[in-house]
Amino acid sequence: MNRDRRKFLKLLGFGTVALGMQPGRALASIDDIKINRPDSYGVLCDVTRCVGCRSCEEACNTVNRLPAPDKPFDDYAVFEEKRRPTSRAFTVVNQYQTSKGTLFRKIQCNHCLEPACATACLVHAYQKMPEGSVIWDEKLCIGCRYCMHACPFYVPAFEYESPVPRIRKCTLCYDRIHIGQLPGCVEACPMEALIFGKRSDLIRIARERIRKGPDKYLDHIYGELEAGGTSWMYLSSVPFHEIGLNTSVGTYPMVEYTRGFLESVPLVLVLWPALLSSFYLFTKRNEKSEK
Amino acid sequence: MNEVKAWVTENIFLGLELKEYLKRLITPFNIGATIIIIIGIPLIFIRYMYGLDAVIHGSNDQPFSLFLAWGLFTGVPLAATGYVMATAVYIFGLKEFKPLLRSAIMMGLVGYLFAVTFLLIDLGRPWRLPYPMVMSFGPASVLFFVAWSVALHVVLYLLEFSPAIFEWINAKTLRSWSQLIITGVVIFVVTLSTLHQSALGSLFLLAPNKLHPLWFSPYLPVFFFVSSIYAGLSMIILESTLVYKFLPNRVDPQNYRIIEGLTLRLGKATSFVMFAYFFLKIIGIAQGDHWDLLFTKPYGHLFLIETIGFVLLPCFMYVTGVRTGDVRFVRLTSLVAVAGVIFNRLTVSLFALNWQLPQRQFLHLKEFMVILTVITIEILIYRWIINRLPVHRTHPKFTGIAENIKKERG
Repeated sequence: MNRDRRKFLKLLGFGTVALGMQPGRALASIDDIKINRPDSYGVLCDVTRCVGCRSCEEACNTVNRLPAPDKPFDDYAVFEEKRRPTSRAFTVVNQYQTSKGTLFRKIQCNHCLEPACATACLVHAYQKMPEGSVIWDEKLCIGCRYCMHACPFYVPAFEYESPVPRIRKCTLCYDRIHIGQLPGCVEACPMEALIFGKRSDLIRIARERIRKGPDKYLDHIYGELEAGGTSWMYLSSVPFHEIGLNTSVGTYPMVEYTRGFLESVPLVLVLWPALLSSFYLFTKRNEKSEK
Repeated sequence: MNEVKAWVTENIFLGLELKEYLKRLITPFNIGATIIIIIGIPLIFIRYMYGLDAVIHGSNDQPFSLFLAWGLFTGVPLAATGYVMATAVYIFGLKEFKPLLRSAIMMGLVGYLFAVTFLLIDLGRPWRLPYPMVMSFGPASVLFFVAWSVALHVVLYLLEFSPAIFEWINAKTLRSWSQLIITGVVIFVVTLSTLHQSALGSLFLLAPNKLHPLWFSPYLPVFFFVSSIYAGLSMIILESTLVYKFLPNRVDPQNYRIIEGLTLRLGKATSFVMFAYFFLKIIGIAQGDHWDLLFTKPYGHLFLIETIGFVLLPCFMYVTGVRTGDVRFVRLTSLVAVAGVIFNRLTVSLFALNWQLPQRQFLHLKEFMVILTVITIEILIYRWIINRLPVHRTHPKFTGIAENIKKERG
């Protein structure tokens, strides 16, 4: 009997260790990535101003030293298909036929305030920086691609063709904004369709534009609340689904959808051993009395 | 030296001279297996040399290919045998199932080892597999939990299976020690398995708008857990059927007298779990109010085929088989039930995922060959162990063990 009691206590100890390690840290790190600083940066993309010149794509290619594209940047035949960011192009512009004529929209990482990719990463290779960038650390990544599965905007890309693959995506030009420069795409945009600035300022500017042009703009800033809010936001003249934005993403940060499971982990870790041990002792007693 | 040689002959070469042993290896099954492996191994090399794209349709939109859909999401519920049987025998004290316990635990062990094998093939940088354990922790991730569970399961199942290994190498002291920790290990395994099986379902909760609404549900963790129970039970019926049929001299003769009764009881238990699971799936549809989607093409039909053809039907087949005492029918049913779990996991992790995207490619011939190769190796290893270790039989030198356990527990 004595030995069993010790065994039971040991189990309880195991449970507590696991308890301290798992959910406690989990919650801490959920708070960790919940950086909603008013002075973090972002970009406002005004879709009504974009002319589809692809200067941003070219600038992105240059500042990130990406391989030369298959088709040159002044080749507008690329608009025939809907493209997505890849490991060789962190941003792409697509053309959409909408209710208000032809529009173009730039696609890149939206730099969520609570990034699903960072929640998904089992080795904490993703970080939401105070500046607003969501960046990825090559030194830690194991290549599981769960971040790609998690991203509601289908952004991270993987170097499938490499034996030592990396995850590739827009960093909001972290290295540049860190030293006071503009992101490559923003600097290159000839139409001022992209504005870089503090996220709180961008929201003010966007509201001002909507107020001044109620007929021109839809009364909504995509990214203000979507997926818990993103650092990159869009203004549009047509409903956002017409320019290929995911409107079913909701306003909860993705982390909320797994919070319930993560919070049940300590419960099971404590209750199951206790219940199973009592079942075990119960059946053992039964055998004894049967004898 | 002679002793070692005698042991090797007896326990590795099945008591045959090397020449004789090699001769006996030439069977149609082995020749087929060899051909598959000869084709598959170079493909695995190519994958490491030139990246994943060489063997799969690498997609940035659908990052999980058949490697994970089969190797992890399907492999793990099929390896639920271990924790299900351990619960029955050790926790609920159903000792009459003891003849099926070791094989169940071994299926768990082999299943998890091969889940790891598939991870090593699928991960971009497989040499970093231990990173979540030692280098950097991402505990807000469900996958972090899955990684730890897989690693712990391998160790715990190895501990649970160690008595068979110690009997094989005739290590009496170690054998008796291994018995001491078994209850603790079992409780830990069952707790972890509960969380781990459901964690695999929770992986899809993070991307709620990517999985088709008929399969996406906040209950996904519960679906995955409950279906793993009947997957495990059905796998035990299926495995015992195959081993008792094809490797009869590796099974204790007296087991043949009880196996039919055990199979019927397993079938009965499984039918209950399956019925509960069917009801849960209905509740899932009601909770999301997705009744209208049931009759859409192709996903509604896929869902109906899955829940009616591969859950409700085998459930009633089990009931019928048990009622009429038709063991063969129960065994056939286990095949349908297992197919149903495979169907479900492949749908959730592959077909119904990113269903809104156009042009998705699932099948790559080379990927399929690699998977076939790994499965073949898995079967060969499984057979190798069954042929040598006391799994479906008691070791002649350790027949008294069952008595000892009784003494210990009482």
